[in-house]
Amino acid sequence: MNLSLISLEIWVVVLGLVLLLADFWMPAERRRFLGYGAIAALMMLLVTNLGDCATGTAFNGMFVEDGLAVFFKRFFIVAAILVLFMSVEFSDPGCAGGFAEASRIASGISEYYSLVVFALSGMLFAASANNFAMLFVSIELITVTFYVLTSFQRNRLVSLEAGVKYLILGALSSAFMVYGIALVWGTTGKLNFNELALVASQFAGNKIFLLGIVLVLVGLGFKIAAFPFQIWAPDVYQGAPTPTTAFLAVGSKAAGFVLLLRVLFTAIPSVSAHWANPLIIISGITILYGNLCALPQRNLKRLLGYSSIAHAGYLLLGVAALSASGQAAILYYLSGYLFTVLGAFTVIVLVMRHLDSEDISGLAGLNQRSPLLASTLALALVSLAGIPPLAGFFGKILLLKAVIQQAQVTANHGYYCLAFTALAGVVISLYYYFGVIRAIYWSKDAPADSSPILLSGPAKVTLATCIAGMFWIGLFPNTVLNLATEAVKALKM
Amino acid sequence: MAAIVLVFVSRNYRVIIRAVALLATFISMLLAVKMFCQFVTGQAGYQFEQQIPWVESLGISYHVGVDGLNVGLILMGAIVAFAAACCSFEIQSREKEFYILLLVMTGGILGAFASLDLFFFYFLHELALVPTFIMIGVWGRGERKNYATFQITLYLSVGALIALIGLIALYLQSGANTFDIPKLTEYVQAHPLAAHSQNFIFPLLLFGFGILVSLWPFHTWAPLGYGSAPSPTAMLHAGVLKKFGLYGLIRIALPLLPQAAQHWMQILAWLCLGNILYVGWVAMRQRNLNRLIGNSSVAHMGFVFLGIASLNLIGVTGAVVIMIAHGFLAALTFALSGYIYRQTGTLEMGELGGLARKLPFIGAALLMAALAGCGLPGFANFVGEVTVFFGAWKAFPVVTGLALWGALMIGALYMLRAMRNVLHGPLPEKWAGITDASNVWRKLPYALLLASLLIFGCFPRLLTEKIMPDAGKIVKMAAENVGGVVAGNARSRGHEPAPSNQLDSQSRLTSAATEPK
Repeated sequence: MNLSLISLEIWVVVLGLVLLLADFWMPAERRRFLGYGAIAALMMLLVTNLGDCATGTAFNGMFVEDGLAVFFKRFFIVAAILVLFMSVEFSDPGCAGGFAEASRIASGISEYYSLVVFALSGMLFAASANNFAMLFVSIELITVTFYVLTSFQRNRLVSLEAGVKYLILGALSSAFMVYGIALVWGTTGKLNFNELALVASQFAGNKIFLLGIVLVLVGLGFKIAAFPFQIWAPDVYQGAPTPTTAFLAVGSKAAGFVLLLRVLFTAIPSVSAHWANPLIIISGITILYGNLCALPQRNLKRLLGYSSIAHAGYLLLGVAALSASGQAAILYYLSGYLFTVLGAFTVIVLVMRHLDSEDISGLAGLNQRSPLLASTLALALVSLAGIPPLAGFFGKILLLKAVIQQAQVTANHGYYCLAFTALAGVVISLYYYFGVIRAIYWSKDAPADSSPILLSGPAKVTLATCIAGMFWIGLFPNTVLNLATEAVKALKM
Repeated sequence: MAAIVLVFVSRNYRVIIRAVALLATFISMLLAVKMFCQFVTGQAGYQFEQQIPWVESLGISYHVGVDGLNVGLILMGAIVAFAAACCSFEIQSREKEFYILLLVMTGGILGAFASLDLFFFYFLHELALVPTFIMIGVWGRGERKNYATFQITLYLSVGALIALIGLIALYLQSGANTFDIPKLTEYVQAHPLAAHSQNFIFPLLLFGFGILVSLWPFHTWAPLGYGSAPSPTAMLHAGVLKKFGLYGLIRIALPLLPQAAQHWMQILAWLCLGNILYVGWVAMRQRNLNRLIGNSSVAHMGFVFLGIASLNLIGVTGAVVIMIAHGFLAALTFALSGYIYRQTGTLEMGELGGLARKLPFIGAALLMAALAGCGLPGFANFVGEVTVFFGAWKAFPVVTGLALWGALMIGALYMLRAMRNVLHGPLPEKWAGITDASNVWRKLPYALLLASLLIFGCFPRLLTEKIMPDAGKIVKMAAENVGGVVAGNARSRGHEPAPSNQLDSQSRLTSAATEPK
């Protein structure tokens, strides 16, 4: 067994513990800056991780370090770094205007940091999970920390409500998943994905085995907020503290996708090859549901919640394509999505901490108040809508290309329908994204407060990083695309 | 070529002042003129080529070059861009953003026309489209500006996305694993696509591009959108960007999907009749000058579609000539209506009248634009329209007959009526204080566009000679059996009738330009 393979995870867990302990010795008013320490530590881990990419398996094949795992680990660490930046800003008591909610975050901020870091470790394990037990443990590590992160603003009713909703539905989906794992193990006697792949075709007609797999997928569908397991998403996105929402939208969703890819294409490729039609239907409905429900939303976070459902649908295009190019497209799309969504939520943090509501009208006149914030949010929304030259555009092209390619290879007309559904979704989404952009740039209602918004240095760095990321991935897709193509070679199909 | 233009644009991102925007478009115009003059007629292949690989695994590369088809379009785009930048003095608020968007749009347009790579072709067009939406949204005019913004955004996005699916399907179906248009064309010539996939992809491209070009019945975004747009945006979009869809049809759909093209052209011919007759009829009822111009520009697109639908050398050549001529014309009319709007604050034709007395230069230019719009000989539009009709006559005698009638009667009717309402008659009291374009700078864009119209109207050979060989190649691929045998006719027909009216219009131009102010 090779412990060095999981050194990254060990260091991350240690970092979480150190953050918790440091809480004892830090004076309360300086705890906020522990976040920068955590960011620095994660950056160091990221840099050292870039160098060595030892591959192999550990713990009897439970834990696998391959191209896919490495890709997603870097992804998660970058996401966590940006989320930590965001939390530091979010907890800034000087800007909170005396709101109790923010001061609650401020007093327990080091807890918050360490919970983010623990959730990160769960995601790292998820990226390497090669066994149903490992899958379950990592999912639980992520979900349990998110229960706390979601309801962190204890004296804010919506936050608690979001936490309870997430807890109940999350627990339910975990229960489904355990049950499914038990059924799979009961029928096949295998938990390891590679071993399961060898025998899965024998069980393709076994109803109990299939039920087990479907139940596992239900649990993963909950994580990525795919239809029909998406009910929690808007409420939780709206209620949770904004950095939590951002991490949920990026990290948790990506963790769901890496596990989904592993289960479908490593554990049961022979079974999932026949599932094109159900996947097409789920993907199509998710896209339409997310986009249509986002149309009437006025709350910005809720709108992004629905749009994240829609984006889960777009990502499922790549899953439904059942091809390597589809999988690579997912990875590419997620990388663009990372910078885009985190950029958008950072702006929300910075703008909304002055306001009670998160209504879109709060953005009125943002262009005059802070051109940087305005342009970041506008670029992020434009990228989400999939307009060149930003990241979202090329990602969508890749996903569509994978789907149409599959349509031509398999002559399954469902794929064409799916491609058109995705287009309909894009057009619908243009309407509400442009609605927000209109509020920013040429809103009729006069802004309630037209004082310029002052940004701290780190906030500017975060925003600049997000913008640079969006442009870099959109304009020079070669690097990321090659990485993604290499990464999905780890999958069996 | 366009690479240079694009570099200019990105460098100008932070530069605020109007002078720089003018300079950039002016330089790009000079470069385009230089390129146009250096272009070697009839040489095989592409000229001024430049290729930089972008995503090797998908066969995408940044590949630009010009041949006879796009050399004129690029020239037209660059001239219109310069004129639009000149006309941008009407923008008073947030100038910096406006000029940035204008330059992005120009770069996108010229790049899209020069691009020889399917992906960049689409990518740059989208890049040019986004500023259009924003410009209409922020600097647009009229009460229904928000509605117009959303309508144009959604319509054009739907069109672009449908075309995108078609392009991706084309890329995958060809199996060549390259987005490079010349390579793709060669490959498809060697391995033609199966008929059923052609019949699937072609309508996607036709209607996708059709929506972008306001093909009837998908044209409703155009009049309202142009009515609400600030005039530089309307100039660039109606004049140049809209031609992208047509260019896409000629460059991509015809040569790569020949069988389906022949199959669908019948339908296209009837649809373009909708453009010419129905929209012309709508234009007659307009009370607002900008809406009228918008509708007439939609109607003109019908001729181009007719030329494409004819699938023979004369028709396609004529279509390209109209594209270029209409680019100048649309830009000119929108620039003029923008000027009138800025002076009077309204474009309702009921309220205007007698403006020719106060605005001799603008009035004369508008009148000439209207005459060009009616297809009067001497203007480039006439050349294109006549060529298209001769080309289309063989393929669709009925449609052509109807279209001809529509072009002459309806076009003349609404154009001349509008001119009477706007320029002649009693001058309402309230417009007593308006002033004409006062100095050379203000007159420059209009004069430039008019001059281009006249030059290409009187010497259409400049264009047709360049277009002909490449149009011939495409037509040959699209319709082997129709063939391009009647090449000689079109060329002579093109410039024959011009001289008679040349003097007349020339003198009108000079008198208008020298009118003392």
